[in-house]
Amino acid sequence: MLIQTGIPSAEDILTVTPSEERFAKGPVAIAECFQKIPCNPCMMACAKKAIRVEPDINQTPRVDFDVCNGCGVCLTRCPGLAIFIVDKTYSDTEALIKLPFEFLPLPKEGQLACGLNRAGEEMGWFPVVKVIPGSKTNKTCTICLAVPKDLAMEVRNIRAGGYQDGR
Amino acid sequence: MIRDVEVLVIGGGPAGLCAAAAAASLGAHVLICERDYVPGGQLVKQTHKFFGSEKQYAGDRGIAIGRRLIEEAHQNPNIEVLTEATVIGIYEDGIVTVFHRNQHIKIRPKRTIITTGASEKFLAFPGNDLPGIYGAGAVQTLMNVAGVKPAEKVLMVGAGNIGLIVSYQLLQAGVEVVGIVEAAPRIGGYLVHASKIRRAGVPILTGHTVKEAYGKDKLEGVIVCKLDEKFQQISGTEQDIPCDTLCLAVGLTPLTELCWQAGCEMAFIRELSGHVPLVDENLETTVPGIYAAGDVSGIEEASSAMVEGRLAGYAAAGSLGYEPEKAHERREAAAAELSELRSGPTGEKILAGLEKTAAKLAARKGEAKGC
Repeated sequence: MLIQTGIPSAEDILTVTPSEERFAKGPVAIAECFQKIPCNPCMMACAKKAIRVEPDINQTPRVDFDVCNGCGVCLTRCPGLAIFIVDKTYSDTEALIKLPFEFLPLPKEGQLACGLNRAGEEMGWFPVVKVIPGSKTNKTCTICLAVPKDLAMEVRNIRAGGYQDGR
Repeated sequence: MIRDVEVLVIGGGPAGLCAAAAAASLGAHVLICERDYVPGGQLVKQTHKFFGSEKQYAGDRGIAIGRRLIEEAHQNPNIEVLTEATVIGIYEDGIVTVFHRNQHIKIRPKRTIITTGASEKFLAFPGNDLPGIYGAGAVQTLMNVAGVKPAEKVLMVGAGNIGLIVSYQLLQAGVEVVGIVEAAPRIGGYLVHASKIRRAGVPILTGHTVKEAYGKDKLEGVIVCKLDEKFQQISGTEQDIPCDTLCLAVGLTPLTELCWQAGCEMAFIRELSGHVPLVDENLETTVPGIYAAGDVSGIEEASSAMVEGRLAGYAAAGSLGYEPEKAHERREAAAAELSELRSGPTGEKILAGLEKTAAKLAARKGEAKGC
C-alpha cells in the first residue's frame, strides 16, 4: 500500500489515468497525487485551467483531460514531483514520457538512460529524446524519454548517471 | 546601557522574518536577534520546493524563500537584524539579555515575539553514541550549507517529512541511502515525497525500528527489527544493515526555554509535540506583550510558521497603535490563511492540539474571574 511503501497501487494509478481514447489524441498530464495535502501550485501553473484543486487547497488535483494539452508547465511546478506527461501518439511503437528530474549528471539527448518504475526497479534502457533544463529559480529539469507503449504508465524515473551512448 | 526596542523578534527563521516584516510594514521598529551567523533559520538548507499556496510562496524552493525574506528584512529601514545574537534571558522587569559577539546587551522591548523554533529529538538504543550517528538536521546542514558530503552509505530513521526530504537530498548529493526505517505502521510525511525516493530505489521499512548500532571506533552497521502493533520488537526479525551513517529524523520538540523563563503559562500538548506556551487568537502568550509563533508553539510546516509569524507581527504592531485598522484586517487575513492550510486531513492533528490549548486558556480565564 502507498501509505506503507510509497508505491502507488495499480488501483491508485487507475483513478488518475486518462482513457485510451484520450491518449490517442496526444500528450496529457497525469497527476499521481493521492493524498490530501495543502498544496495547489499545479492549478496556478496551468494557463488553460485544466487542473482544479477545489473546493479548497487540501483537495487532490483533478486534471480535465479534455482541456489539458500536455504542455508540461505543471510538471516542473509541482513541489511533489508527482506530475508526468504521457504521449502515446509519439510513434507506432513508442510513447514519449516526460519526467521531472533533479539529479546530476543530466543525460544528453540521444543517450540511453536506465528507466525505473514506481518501485525503483529497472525497466530497461530507453532513448532520451530531449532534456529541458529547469528555470533559474525552479531548477526542476524535464526528461523526455521514449519507451515502448506498454511501459508508458510504468516508467516514472531514470537512474542518475551511467548513461549509454546510442541506440 | 539599556536599549529600548519597539518589537523584539527572537529568532530569524521563517516565523521570525515574517513577524518582523509584518510589524515593520505597519510602521513599527523591529529588532531581530538571530543566534546564527546568518538569518533564515532552517530555510537556508531547504533545497526542495515548498507546498501550500501562492501566499506562502508554494512551488518555490525553501532557500529562495529564505533569500527573499532576508533581502526584504535588510532593505526595510524599520528592521534591524542582529546576527550572532543569542537571547539568554527574559526577566521579570521586562529586560531581555542578549549575548552578542562576546558582549552582554540589555534590551527593553515594548513587544516581544518569540520565534525560536524547535530542536530534534533523539532515540535511545544501544550504540547510539557511536560516531556516524547524526540528527537529520546536522546532515542537511553539512550537505546544503557547508557543501560537505556527509556520508557514503546512510540509513535513515523516520519517514516523516524531514526523514523523506533529507533522504532525497542525500541521494542528490550522491550518497547511497540504503533505506528508511519507520516505527509507525504508516509513512508520516507527504506521500509524494515518499514516492519520489521510492522510485529512486530506496526502500521504506514501516513497522521497523533500530535495535542496535554497532562498530568498533565508528558506526559500521545497524541491526533493525520489526515491531508488533504495540511497538514491541519482534525477536527473530533482525536484519543487519551495513552503513557508515545513521541519520535520525524522529521528530522535533519546541524550543521553549525563553517562554518558561518569561513566565508564560505552558502546557504539554501531544499533538503540538511537547510543552508549548498557551497563546490566544493573536498568538499572545499569558504574559502580556509576549507573543509566540512558529514551531515554538507547536510543530508544523514552515508555510504555517510564516503565516503565524505574520499574524503575531500584525497583532503586536497593532497593539502598539500602528494602524490598528489595517493591523486588524491583515491579522484576519493571516488567520484565514492558517485555517485554509489546516483544513485538510494533515491539519487535523494540529487543530486538535490548538483546541486543547484554547480550552486550557479558557479554563484559566474562568479561574481568574472566579477569584
